[in-house]
Amino acid sequence: MNSFTYESPKSLQEATSLLSQQSGVIRPLVGGSDLIDQLRTNRKQADLVMDIKSIPETTSMEFDANGALHLGSAVSCADTYANPTVRSQFTAIAESCELIGSIQIQNRASAGGNVCNSSPSADTIPALLVHDAIAVIASAKGLREIALNEFFTGPGKNVLETGEFLVKLVIPNPSANSASHYLRFIPREEMDIAVAGAASFVTVDSSGTCLQARIALAAVAPTPIRAYEAEKVLTGKIITEDLIDEAGVTAAASAKPISDVRGSADYRKQLVKVLTKRTLQKCLRTLK
Amino acid sequence: MSSDLKITYSRKGMSSVTKDQIELNINGESYEVLVQPWWTLLEVLRDEIHLTGTKEGCSNGNCGACSVLLDGKAIDACLTLAVEAVGHKVTTVEGLAKNGKLDPLQEKFVEWGALQCGFCTPGFLISARGLLDQNPKPTEKEIRLALAGNLCRCTGYDKIVKAVLDTSGQPIESTYNPSQND
Repeated sequence: MNSFTYESPKSLQEATSLLSQQSGVIRPLVGGSDLIDQLRTNRKQADLVMDIKSIPETTSMEFDANGALHLGSAVSCADTYANPTVRSQFTAIAESCELIGSIQIQNRASAGGNVCNSSPSADTIPALLVHDAIAVIASAKGLREIALNEFFTGPGKNVLETGEFLVKLVIPNPSANSASHYLRFIPREEMDIAVAGAASFVTVDSSGTCLQARIALAAVAPTPIRAYEAEKVLTGKIITEDLIDEAGVTAAASAKPISDVRGSADYRKQLVKVLTKRTLQKCLRTLK
Repeated sequence: MSSDLKITYSRKGMSSVTKDQIELNINGESYEVLVQPWWTLLEVLRDEIHLTGTKEGCSNGNCGACSVLLDGKAIDACLTLAVEAVGHKVTTVEGLAKNGKLDPLQEKFVEWGALQCGFCTPGFLISARGLLDQNPKPTEKEIRLALAGNLCRCTGYDKIVKAVLDTSGQPIESTYNPSQND
């Protein structure tokens, strides 16, 4: 690996002052499962690797008075999906964290790192998108917040600027009678990258009418995307099998996949249709 | 960095660089080593401390040959910088046997012949130990999931899974069908 210096700041203030003093390329480090490999293979360069795993704000997972989940950017996938409240209230997020890599990876990697790596196929991102997550970003200027659906700008690209790093994701408390699920397709049983992925979030009222539906897709566009048109198919209606079919078809129409080694564009669109339907059916089963 | 001592040296073709002295806790023993910040835990274990039981396979987190326990949890040492392990407890395959006696898991690997060339074995032992410490009676599905990050290119996985099941004191009756996975 090429040389770099390493710092492990113990507080947000220490981290941001480090960022403001340093010139050159600074890479925040959490699990290392993307970054260390990218540095070794010269796909990324670093003058300073800033390990943010000693900062209390990045390593804490807590629920505020409103029930919102504050998920530090360095909380491991394993710790995230082991939390019973995350599993029951933020199910799609737990499910996506449980799919990433091996146990070895899940013990180190975080949803926050998955977000910052900004791969179009990242499993946690559709789950976070349907949960309306907000990214809290630190720099020497202080903290700023941005909705996660405005965070991604291209494959491996996002709005983070030099001198900034992700502190945590804030995920609002889902209203009563909500359910969410994430599914992906891979040709293997484990340890693979999504050919396509879909997350759904559904809220219904006591009569079963859909108050809110959010659908997000992985690996079918330059960034993870929301399928807004498919959401509109469901909102305000009692969700029937026919409507679920229509939502699947509409979601597939909003996908803009490429053909590559993992699958053709047509195949990916078919997968989106099926995965969207299955996540919606799963949500309805959870809500029963 | 967590240490005070810095030793500067230079290598041909490189400007002067600084090595850091760090303290690593490996298999219950303390090691003081001089490292570059970009050296991985795998490199330091093998090349500096000469604990060569931990293997280098793919070096990108797919094969699991470099698995070690960090505070009891399995991780890939190839994706971890040595400096990140400061203040944590590292367990390598050399740390599984106690007082000259093999870990029961190692005994069962021997009994079942759960290896051929042996290159992947340290990684499998570490992942399985990490699993059993957290979940002493795992199902076959849980075992296969916990070992999914370890690749074996010789034997197939059945004997390895059986050795782990046997270690946990559970009956060996492989009825697991991956295609029935939900």
